[in-house]
Amino acid sequence: MQYSCSISKLALLLLLFLVALPVSADKNWRINGNSKATKAEACVAPVPEMRRNHMEMIEHQRDITVHQGVRQTDNSLHGCIDCHANVDEKGSHIPVNAEGQFCASCHGFVAAKLDCFSCHATVPK
Amino acid sequence: MSDKTNLARRNFLAKLPAAAATAAIAPGAVLHSADIEAAPRSEPVTSKVRWGMLVDANKCADGCSACVDACNEENGLDLHTNPEGADADATKWDQQKPVWMRSVKLKDLQSGKITNLPMMCQHCEHPPCQDVCPTGASFRRADGVVLVDRHTCIGCRYCMMACPYKARSFIHENVDIKPTLAPRGKGCVESCTFCVHRLDNGQTTTACQDACAKEGHNAIIFGDLNDPESQVAKALKKYPNQQIRDDLKLNPGVHYTGI
Ligand code: HEC
Ligand code: HEC
Ligand code: HEC
Repeated sequence: MQYSCSISKLALLLLLFLVALPVSADKNWRINGNSKATKAEACVAPVPEMRRNHMEMIEHQRDITVHQGVRQTDNSLHGCIDCHANVDEKGSHIPVNAEGQFCASCHGFVAAKLDCFSCHATVPK
Repeated sequence: MSDKTNLARRNFLAKLPAAAATAAIAPGAVLHSADIEAAPRSEPVTSKVRWGMLVDANKCADGCSACVDACNEENGLDLHTNPEGADADATKWDQQKPVWMRSVKLKDLQSGKITNLPMMCQHCEHPPCQDVCPTGASFRRADGVVLVDRHTCIGCRYCMMACPYKARSFIHENVDIKPTLAPRGKGCVESCTFCVHRLDNGQTTTACQDACAKEGHNAIIFGDLNDPESQVAKALKKYPNQQIRDDLKLNPGVHYTGI
């Protein structure tokens, strides 16, 4: 009894540890990449907020843009892509949702499947 | 921050042929005056403005497709091709490909008189598409532009059936080339937006209107119906005109003269 209890406690602890661990982008995205973001100082909001809430930010902005016509904003989807897209050796942009690229790096890890890019451009224009 | 803002501006300018020309002459200096009229919108649209159009069918030239071509190009519709492996028979594609603006030719059987006119979303005050939409994806913006929010559209196509103007298209296949300005993908309905991306960036003309004027026909006048000083409001007062299917009392934003 005692034994199995400590096992489950251990499991719980481990679980808590895993959950508390914030998901972050490939920590070398700056070094490995060459997007505008790698040279920029800050994102449109502090990193902890971006990690947790970027989906709400973008989707909130989406409604404001589509329904109210507001386009003067830091939180547009094409803004994220413009800053976070890397360039390959030939000088053309790599889609942000390609494997290992910035937006895909954590989405793959957390198994978040976005349908946004079936319509939206994945490279800056 | 300031760097980013400038970037957004530069990207924006690059998309505007007219503005790009001025920017090339004096990239730094010109920004000031251009900013005032061409800044991206920062405040929500209001019903103070109602966008609308007057089409003069007498000036609409037989065989001319300038407005339709310009619309297709502006909104990325020309990038949408018959999907590979699909029915080689082009008639199906012709029927199904997205069309925002059609050119319509009418012939009076009695007199033989030919009338040409462009037909697109009429941007009704009481849009039937909005009435039948089960998700609220079809909506009318405060400034009178009728749109599909393709994030809420489930592709049921009730609106296509409800529209008396046959103005809407369904996207049957995913597209390969996706311009930033014109996101588009399988499963949603779409139609003329009065070039809403232009309006929101401070421009006051539509692609079709510009193209028509460039051809020298000037059959399309676009502007704010609520502003008595606007070209379109003045023209509506001056020339006898009508809304198509005005018996339905939808109060479309598009008016026609010479039909
Ligand atoms: C069926 C196609 C489609 C899908 C899927 C789609 N969008 Fe959009 N999106 C559009 C269209 C069309 C617009 C309007 C473009 C305009 O008016 O410039 C738009 C505009 C936006 C905008 C405002 C413009 C910008 O670049 O900031 C945001 C933000 C946005 N979408 C976010 C999303 C997100 C997030 C997803 C995925 C969860 C998504 N969209 C999925 C079609 C789509
Ligand atoms: C001006 C360029 C720029 C734009 C625009 C931008 N970002 Fe960033 N982003 C950055 C930079 C720079 C960092 C790293 C900030 C730091 O290290 O303090 C970053 C960090 C992030 C992170 C955290 C990565 C990590 O380390 O885990 C996320 C998530 C993110 N951005 C998402 C977005 C999204 C979503 C958008 C669009 C709403 C966006 N960014 C727009 C430049 C940008
Ligand atoms: C720090 C890791 C991380 C990075 C980097 C990141 N995301 Fe995410 N994103 C997530 C997580 C985790 C979720 C899933 C949240 C959930 O399921 O509730 C998510 C969800 C989203 C969603 C909502 C999807 C939906 O269908 O509701 C959007 C939109 C999105 N991300 C856009 C982006 C874009 C655009 C970028 C690149 C600029 C980006 N993300 C980069 C972690 C990240």
